[in-house]
Amino acid sequence: MAETATRLPSSESMPDPTGHYGVFGGRFVSETLMPALEELDLAWRQIMKDKAFLAELDHDLTHFVGRPSPLYLAENLTRKMGGARIVLKREDLNHTGAHKINNTVGQGLLARAMGKKRVIAETGAGQHGVASATVAARLGMDCVVYMGSEDVRRQAVNVYRMKLLGAEVVSVDSGSKTLKDALNEAMRDWVTNVDDTFYILGTVAGPHPYPAMVRDFNAVVGREARRQMLDEYGCLPDALVACVGGGSNAMGLFHPFVDDREVAMYGVEAAGRGLSGHEHAASLCAGRVGVLHGSRTYLLDDEAGQIRDTHSVSAGLDYPGVGPEHAWLKDSGRAEYVGITDDEALEAFHALTRSEGIMPALESAHAIAYGMKLAGELSADQVVLVNLSGRGDKDIQTVADLEGIEF
Amino acid sequence: MNRIDQRFQSLKAQGRVALVPYVTAGHPDPGFTVDILHAAVAAGADLVELGMPFSDVMADGPVIQNACARALEQGTGLDHVLAMVREFRQRDDETPLVLMGYTNPIERRGSERFAREAAEAGVDALLIVDCPADEAGDLHGQLAANGLHQIFLVAPTTTQARLERTAALAGGFVYHVSIKGVTGAATLDVDALAPMLESIRVRMDLPVAVGFGIRKPEQAASVARLADAVVIGSALVERLDECDSKDQAIEVVTEFLAPVRQAMDNGSPVNSEKAVNLS
Repeated sequence: MAETATRLPSSESMPDPTGHYGVFGGRFVSETLMPALEELDLAWRQIMKDKAFLAELDHDLTHFVGRPSPLYLAENLTRKMGGARIVLKREDLNHTGAHKINNTVGQGLLARAMGKKRVIAETGAGQHGVASATVAARLGMDCVVYMGSEDVRRQAVNVYRMKLLGAEVVSVDSGSKTLKDALNEAMRDWVTNVDDTFYILGTVAGPHPYPAMVRDFNAVVGREARRQMLDEYGCLPDALVACVGGGSNAMGLFHPFVDDREVAMYGVEAAGRGLSGHEHAASLCAGRVGVLHGSRTYLLDDEAGQIRDTHSVSAGLDYPGVGPEHAWLKDSGRAEYVGITDDEALEAFHALTRSEGIMPALESAHAIAYGMKLAGELSADQVVLVNLSGRGDKDIQTVADLEGIEF
Repeated sequence: MNRIDQRFQSLKAQGRVALVPYVTAGHPDPGFTVDILHAAVAAGADLVELGMPFSDVMADGPVIQNACARALEQGTGLDHVLAMVREFRQRDDETPLVLMGYTNPIERRGSERFAREAAEAGVDALLIVDCPADEAGDLHGQLAANGLHQIFLVAPTTTQARLERTAALAGGFVYHVSIKGVTGAATLDVDALAPMLESIRVRMDLPVAVGFGIRKPEQAASVARLADAVVIGSALVERLDECDSKDQAIEVVTEFLAPVRQAMDNGSPVNSEKAVNLS
């Protein structure tokens, strides 16, 4: 492990100029999109050196999003597990209820700087759709959100939130009717309307520069957490834990710690009804390398290379691919990826709610579940930092349905 | 010599423009595909494009997306597609055949094995929609080693630098995506086409096919005045979607393609002077 780690290139050198993380990443898209991606890459790299843009981004993250989000020591949960201290990074306290807003504020400002009048987005749980609609409302842009019809059903409240914010929600009925199909449809829209439209991709997947750009806009989570740990605990955490669907909250937390080799990193995938069958969404734990949605990465497909339908109790993790940088972190040994089942996530949902008075999103509940396990295995002088990436209000109906409760 | 190069050579000598229909393998029924291909050739197709079904056809519109879904529901995999090509070749060893698809199923098979099997089956070229020149490295090498061309897309948005990068790898012909959008979307703007084709021809010494957005004989005829090949996909696939029997499918292909062929042949032969005059 240590030997592998010393051979790792610095995280700052990833991706290479063509958007590759080792063999992963790249730009596997139709030629029609290549010039748009090159334009976006250039605009993004330029604007990240623009002091006025960075000042505005900082201002919005402070006053609109409500950053910095605090660290919270979950004392009751720590006591319950009897091991390492469990510290939560409270991204659930952000405006709109999840880490997704960090990225949409950044991409929204970039879209405005590029003179685009219309933004589009894909969404699974609806959190990224809401965060995109929120930013579009504030910047006075038209907004169209693509959402699988299965997710529209599961996340009705978020659909209505997006509509209240003035966005058009397009229900996508093709394929598995979930996040992957919403992403296909958003790409089709972008190909067609590439002149006036900015595609706000919500995760660290897709063609370059999206994986790097979404990571960098979310890296504020890791930068804050690192500084807060040093200020408040006088040390770095022993382990980071974050859930991974596409992988944006995990990448945002991990990135500023990649060079701190003593900090272990755990990405938690949705093991659904178990990793032995196909009813899960754990592409890093149980998938293989292929090409999906514009990049080479780990994915879930059948023997013929057709993308499989996935399952997770949480819509936001229900995705057959994963960001290419996670694939690279896995293969290089820098991060470890594990699975948490639907049942374990639900148990953690209740545990955090009852012991700390904090209701996590079902996505984040996967991270909580693994964080609890890990804390139990470590000693009291150690710290496990869990990214509480979103709040659970949107999932109340899902939890009630699963437990057979009618209102 | 690759069948595609032979075909374009003889078309050029005759002053004719190639008609290139696209159909999805296994749609509407795997048992129809080979006969659909033969019917297309009989109705005047000079090359045929056969789509390999994929679950996530990001660059295709609803028509081809639906065709792929129907083909996959009936179990059309890569082996079936190659078997269809072998069967087609039993009766037709001259018409060039291009396989069109997406990267993942080919990666799963392995590009070396795929290239070998495709060449053995009688495939002449491969067009991988989500594999621009930048990512083509390994696959391109394997295809070349097996005598197969790799066809690349160029778009109205393609920059000069990208045209040059693509020209370095492109073989057979280059496929100009005539509209911004997915397959089967809006109708193309013929007036905007002439300057685009001009800039492609300056950088590429290959026949130029135009596709995406061509639905009617008149459109095909006006594109034929400028391009070396006219590709028709979604408009044909849409009609095939309604066919319940093989005979019906053959009839639909014939009735759809014959007027297109006729309109193309009645228009002026391809000629760069004409093209300039028209623009």
